[in-house]
Amino acid sequence: MGNGTSIGKVRGLGSAHEGAHHWLLQRFTAIGNLVLMMWLVGSIVWLPDLGYATVSEWLAGPVPATAMVLLIVSSFWHARLGLQVLVEDYVHNAGTKFGVIALLNLATIGGGAFAVFSVVRLALSSGTLGGAA
Amino acid sequence: MANRPLSPHLQIWKWGPAMLVSILHRITGDGMALVGLFVLVWWLGALASGPEYYATFSEFMVTPMGYVVLVGLSWAFFTHLMSGLRHFVLDIGAGYELNSNRFWSVASPLIAIVLTAGFWAFILQR
Repeated sequence: MGNGTSIGKVRGLGSAHEGAHHWLLQRFTAIGNLVLMMWLVGSIVWLPDLGYATVSEWLAGPVPATAMVLLIVSSFWHARLGLQVLVEDYVHNAGTKFGVIALLNLATIGGGAFAVFSVVRLALSSGTLGGAA
Repeated sequence: MANRPLSPHLQIWKWGPAMLVSILHRITGDGMALVGLFVLVWWLGALASGPEYYATFSEFMVTPMGYVVLVGLSWAFFTHLMSGLRHFVLDIGAGYELNSNRFWSVASPLIAIVLTAGFWAFILQR
């Protein structure tokens, strides 16, 4: 323990034993994004058009719906980890940092939940949404 | 604290391709996290809400502003993809030799531009 500087306060305390966790999760979700985005980009290119009928029928299928839900989870998770690093690098006030990370959690979990719900609704309503709207 | 010497930052160093690809990785990643996920949520929400909502989405996306968003996002995706793959190589301890590091720092964003152009060629010729 040193003279009160930030590095002095932590010197000699040893590893926090969780530094690699965030780093590893960023890699695991990156691999998920890699595989699932190849699927999405390939699908967008190979679909005959991007109109409502074509896209909704395609996405309502079991395999595309599952892949899209997995893509939502993987990409929102990866984005949350990346934005956390941005916040930690540029927001230096501890209270503000806490608030911004809290907002980040609300936005990513809320946005991801809405996206998953949208896919599930589309997949389970198989074609009835066109009539309802 | 404020007047203590700080470690050198961007304006001190001579620019090199490794700096550029690192900064591009952050800009494209955080850009996609903020703009790309919003577009994804809007797209899926519009699909789940029916044809009229989907028409609103589609109409915006074929305006000049919509194309700026979509082309920008696709460029950001391929750039982040290429620099991300470069990160995987660096993660296993390879690619730090000066020549190969410089080569892939320049090649990654250039390959990304080619992939972006190829992607839009496929979309627009349909």
